[in-house]
Amino acid sequence: MSEDVYVIGVDMIRFGRFPDRSIDAIGAEAALLALDDAGLGIGDMQALYLGNVSHVTQYVGQKILQQIGQTGIPVVNSTNACASGATAFREAWMAVKSGEYDLVLAVGVEQMGKGLLGNAGGGADGVPREGLLGSRLMPALFAEVGQEHSRKYGTTPEQFAKVSVKNHHHSTLNPKAMYQIETPLEQVMGAEMIAYPNTKLMCSVNVDGSAAAVLCSARKARELGMSRAVKVRASALTSDRFSERDLTLPDFNTCTRDAARVAYEKAGIGPEDVNLVELHDCFATAEIVHYENLGLCGEGEAGALIDSGATWLGGRIPVNVSGGLLSKGHPLGATGIANIYEVATHLRGEAGARQVEGARIGLTHVLGLGQACAVHVLEKA
Amino acid sequence: MTETALADPPTIVPFLKFDERGAPFLAGSRCADCGTVYAGERMACSKCFSRKPFEAVRLPTTGELYTFSIVYRSYPGIQVPFVSATVDLDGACALKGTLVDVAPDTDHVKMGMKVEVVFRELEHKDKQGRPYVSYFFVPAKG
Repeated sequence: MSEDVYVIGVDMIRFGRFPDRSIDAIGAEAALLALDDAGLGIGDMQALYLGNVSHVTQYVGQKILQQIGQTGIPVVNSTNACASGATAFREAWMAVKSGEYDLVLAVGVEQMGKGLLGNAGGGADGVPREGLLGSRLMPALFAEVGQEHSRKYGTTPEQFAKVSVKNHHHSTLNPKAMYQIETPLEQVMGAEMIAYPNTKLMCSVNVDGSAAAVLCSARKARELGMSRAVKVRASALTSDRFSERDLTLPDFNTCTRDAARVAYEKAGIGPEDVNLVELHDCFATAEIVHYENLGLCGEGEAGALIDSGATWLGGRIPVNVSGGLLSKGHPLGATGIANIYEVATHLRGEAGARQVEGARIGLTHVLGLGQACAVHVLEKA
Repeated sequence: MTETALADPPTIVPFLKFDERGAPFLAGSRCADCGTVYAGERMACSKCFSRKPFEAVRLPTTGELYTFSIVYRSYPGIQVPFVSATVDLDGACALKGTLVDVAPDTDHVKMGMKVEVVFRELEHKDKQGRPYVSYFFVPAKG
């Protein structure tokens, strides 16, 4: 029987834009916050797992230790697109679960700047493929996935826009969100069109940020005290198995469904047992398709689910009460651990004005273009 | 593209090729075991993992618009708006491209509409001064 694994310290910095800071300083800040939350020091950590996209060849994990304590522990830097932070968390989880370590640190960090994400596809010939072979930019890819949902089920631009209204509202209750502003439906739908049907307010915010977690074996957690511990009930990571159009239009649905199925099976629960969800709302269209991918509603019912208000704070299954990537912000490599922080904070009953009352089980989901999907199920210990 | 004595013109994707008469076409591969069709060449089938030699096929030039987005914001220098399209080629595979010769709005662009693949020269030229050739989608005639 392998080890149960607990999160005993977790935190994030307020997301924002920090062009004058180094990425290692941004990451180190979250690492220290998480260690403080656990009541431990870097000297107690037996390994460090780092998730990052933009500075992958700078070995940010080691740089963080150079800032906060060079203990000589093993460091692994993971990059897995927008699932990089969750991948680092999962590597940390596996290291403890295997019995090799009792205490490890997982950190996700990103320094991004503004602008569109994607690949212009300019070859060695200097001819840009963007606009010539459609668009490979993120807003268009996720817009096409939303349109696919519209084609199947009649989902409307207004239903997609309602996701942004909700998540921006939730962020007004989260002091660590990049933005804390209400955006009524008319404002969301009337904002600059980026890639139909996603307007600017339906695109996630590129920000700098970091988040970190201390993971702990059951044996060590009992020794240290379990009062604020959160159990990792399941961890699932998938790539894109073959599906009909995946090589042409990235299939974000199948890998999410696969990860959700594995996570629910390993946790021994179903979607009906989940009290809150932090899912990958990189675009408003994405949140809608993931309602069905994660089993929060039946096939074709995602439009009705957002209309019903069930995914608002206080509803049947609150989704992205942190404000989500749309308003809290989306520092790629940090997002997967920031989601863990959000859910853990609710399970601990420490989420303040946005607390999901009585939350016992929460689910996190991130999705990286490539594709990489991670789902974690957390439970109040 | 009529001067067959010259080497083939430069293309925007490696699977855009020219036949012996100099006519452009999209080259594909069909899995010998499961029949899945891919654009371009393959080492193995990502669906059934077969490594049997693939059958070289020409991709069809007719298909249906599966999904799309109208792109209003892109990189500097990229002309907008344009229609980013995912097309199911009849009996073959999906293909990404730009839908042209149609007003880029939802009154004129509809999922499920029939489209055709056409080949056009670009303004971009290679070092020998030859224009690049790319493929585009256009609404099917009739």
